[in-house]
Amino acid sequence: MHEAQPAFQYATLEQQHDAAQLGMWTFLATEVLFFGGLFVAYFVYRFGYPADFAEAGRHTKIVIGALNTAILLSSSFLVAWAVTAAKLDFGRLAAGLLVGATLLGAFFLALKGYEYVQEFRERLVPGVNFQFEAPHARGAILFFIFYFAATGLHALHVGIGLVILLAIASRARQGAYSICYHAPITVAGLYWHFVDVVWVFLFALIYLVGRSGA
Amino acid sequence: MTYWPPRIVVIAWAALLVLLGMTIFLAYEPLGNFNLLVALCIAIAKALIIMAVFMELRERSGVMIAFAAAGFFWLAILIWFSGADFITRPQFPPQL
Repeated sequence: MHEAQPAFQYATLEQQHDAAQLGMWTFLATEVLFFGGLFVAYFVYRFGYPADFAEAGRHTKIVIGALNTAILLSSSFLVAWAVTAAKLDFGRLAAGLLVGATLLGAFFLALKGYEYVQEFRERLVPGVNFQFEAPHARGAILFFIFYFAATGLHALHVGIGLVILLAIASRARQGAYSICYHAPITVAGLYWHFVDVVWVFLFALIYLVGRSGA
Repeated sequence: MTYWPPRIVVIAWAALLVLLGMTIFLAYEPLGNFNLLVALCIAIAKALIIMAVFMELRERSGVMIAFAAAGFFWLAILIWFSGADFITRPQFPPQL
């Protein structure tokens, strides 16, 4: 394989990689504030309706939530491994790991969909069929509006991530990345890990609230 | 050169799964308001592990870390002042 060259506006490949990573982190800062606004709304409502949030939290499916957390963490692990493998010229291994991460991501979405179906059956979908015990209904509907908005937007990010991971996997399989040139796979990895970070906080706020009571 | 993942990446993965188990276990312990604090502290620990190891921030320059921290810094300001507003209101939530 011939030596990769930096794009014309960069002096070196290293500088080009730094610029790509800096750009990704800047985008991720906007994503922190995008999801952060939702989290602030959550804290305000939880402060206002603590008992309702505890009751609503107990209606979430913690087994699916915990399983999905383990799935995303493992998927992130595979991507981190894939990035190091690609840098060492193990392109086919990196591609395989990325496909594995993509399958885990797809499994995450499937479980999430199954969870949504259960919540629909239990009449927990605001604006569609929401019904809740009267004393807790006010805060509970706010909880489930947050739940569907936040997990829905997160699932959209997962879906976009799956497409990106597959695209990068096919390039890795062709041996496109090396110790000299790996900006695309590194930056795609950053995005996927960030989606994981968001889920870690969603899991703590959605599934763990109210577990110690009643 | 090796096919296997770097040891620190494996350790980070194992640590994340242990923390996941811990946070679920502790969520069922009656700790009152500390339940939220414990859940958030463990979530922050997990996020730091992901960012330091998986996202390789521990190998990056100060500038890169500053860019990564910027969003969280602004989010902290957002939470701070929003919180100051709502916890000092004489009546919240408003009675319907």
